[in-house]
Amino acid sequence: MADLIYRVNMTDLSFKIEEVPSEWMGLGGRALTSTIVAQEVDPECHPLGPNNKLVFAPGLLSGTSASNSGRNSCGAKSPLTGGIKESNVGGTSAGIMSKLGVKALIIEGMPKDEQTFYQLHVTKNKVEFNEVPELVGLDNYAVLDAMAEKYDKKVAVMSIGRVGEMRMNLANISVKDPSGKLRSHGRGGLGAVMGSKKIKCITVDAESYKEVTIADPEKFKEASKVFTKALQENPISGQGLPAFGTNVLVNILNEAGGLPTRNFRAGNWEFAENICGETMAENIKARGGKTTHGCHAGCVIQCSQVYNDKDGNYLTSGFEYETIWALGSNFGINDLDLIAKIDGLMDDLGVDSIETSVTLGLAVDAGILAYGDGQKAYELLSKDLPNGTPIGRIIGGGTHILGKLYGLVRVPTVKGQGIPAYEPRAVKGQGITYATTPMGADHTAGYAVATNILNSGGYVDPLKKEGQVELARNLQIATAAVDSTGMCIFVAFPALDDPKCLPALVDMINARFGCNLSIDDVVNLGKTILKREHEFNIKAGFGKADDRLPEFMKYEILPPHNVVWDFTGEEIDEFWNF
Amino acid sequence: MRVFVKLFAQYREGRFKAEHKEFPEGMTAQMLIDLLELESVSPLGVLMVNGRHVAVSYVLQEGDEIALFPKVGGG
Repeated sequence: MADLIYRVNMTDLSFKIEEVPSEWMGLGGRALTSTIVAQEVDPECHPLGPNNKLVFAPGLLSGTSASNSGRNSCGAKSPLTGGIKESNVGGTSAGIMSKLGVKALIIEGMPKDEQTFYQLHVTKNKVEFNEVPELVGLDNYAVLDAMAEKYDKKVAVMSIGRVGEMRMNLANISVKDPSGKLRSHGRGGLGAVMGSKKIKCITVDAESYKEVTIADPEKFKEASKVFTKALQENPISGQGLPAFGTNVLVNILNEAGGLPTRNFRAGNWEFAENICGETMAENIKARGGKTTHGCHAGCVIQCSQVYNDKDGNYLTSGFEYETIWALGSNFGINDLDLIAKIDGLMDDLGVDSIETSVTLGLAVDAGILAYGDGQKAYELLSKDLPNGTPIGRIIGGGTHILGKLYGLVRVPTVKGQGIPAYEPRAVKGQGITYATTPMGADHTAGYAVATNILNSGGYVDPLKKEGQVELARNLQIATAAVDSTGMCIFVAFPALDDPKCLPALVDMINARFGCNLSIDDVVNLGKTILKREHEFNIKAGFGKADDRLPEFMKYEILPPHNVVWDFTGEEIDEFWNF
Repeated sequence: MRVFVKLFAQYREGRFKAEHKEFPEGMTAQMLIDLLELESVSPLGVLMVNGRHVAVSYVLQEGDEIALFPKVGGG
């Protein structure tokens, strides 16, 4: 059974099922979404207008039994950055789309009627358009409940909340995970693009699918075994991540002086212990949550968790370091339970927990609320934001817009997107990634923290300039390739240190499609995709000056290491020489 | 010689979070790791002294703050 392209036109509510063009055959995930956006979207179009397209594409290995292959990519021109965007997610949508034979879902156009919202239901060779007035004004969990009632429990759901309906930059696209909670295509305001196309939710039929076809099942099984073993035997993916989640990073970054604090005024925080991964794990054990949990079927790393309050009631899951950092040291909440409560709220609202929380950090400078006032933050996010009050809209515009509106200089963004969790002055390789990635400041685009701080893939001194451009370049190329396979980015840890891991991954792709790719071919795919994304941004009006960190980082000295951002423009621009 | 030793993640289990310790002059980070039997739990991931990465051969100095992490990651 060949995979197909499902193309939906929201202007006339029609759909077409197309064969996959030969040049898209070897692409999946980010490679496919970015290629389609680059080929079909006018880089000068308004991101919320009829000429933008919203594209979903599961990874090359999604839907197979390969461990950790359940990531789905979503791409469009971003309303937050004005550039190309790819954001990938766990949950159940990648596996279900792949098994249904949907190589990509392309959504174009927009309805003329501004009042009506639709639910798209994707089934075998068909897309249904259902008007859903009853869902308008609801947030994500209510949408999930309604879809679980309408279809079988397994149905995949991608949805937006009220913030997405109002097309705010913070809006994400939320995806149902295997336990009925939410995962997010988080960054770049993709929920606003979905809202502009008047789509409240997309469901994908999980009843009529078939298993994906594997060209060489024996070879696949063999490679898959080696790959899974590499993930399980690596101390990071096999032990550290399951035990403490990503939040183990609070203490490491704090020790290294790279934990951005008080809107990027210092690199360490006196309350780190209150919010760190070790404290989180202790609370979970004492309160009956779960320290291990997978965001998608087939995950053997299980870095996620279920976090309960003191009485054992659910507060949140998928409780990640970057969110905890942003609400913690950067905005100032030193109570992990309150951070969890806000994280759970952001899931339901469907807002990017990084952009929202970085915006709150800047809102302190704007005088909107006090440093650490979590109660006020909860109120702003639960009342003003989803009701679209003027202050709710201001916060909903994201960090960059807030900075402009309040005349602020210390605005931590690149290409309009809030800088996450790793202080660029003290983790310089990560700073190069933030400056150069076509996505806007995005830690996952090329995670130099691994080699600057965690001793993964060698060591490059985080406070020195030497080697950082090359490091960030190699990681961004590798990440673009990994993001195309459907693999979770955490396979990078074994891939960086275990020579058996990457060949097994390539063997699985070859066995799935009956092709004969080498590791070099896969790396070249990463290069091609990265350059394609960069070219889109240039056509959209970006120049070298957009590949820069905020100016204040050049002259404001960051304690405790007393460092500044000291790369010249020419040094940063070297990144693109490949 | 007095130093401040901080343990993280799995290294804390059955040991301590942070303690002041007295050691003889010439003590290296590796000797400290061996003394605490850290690598019986998990291989060493990150060793920092006063916020800077150092090699295990580092000779501890009066007043040092030593942070020891097993192999962990995230992102």
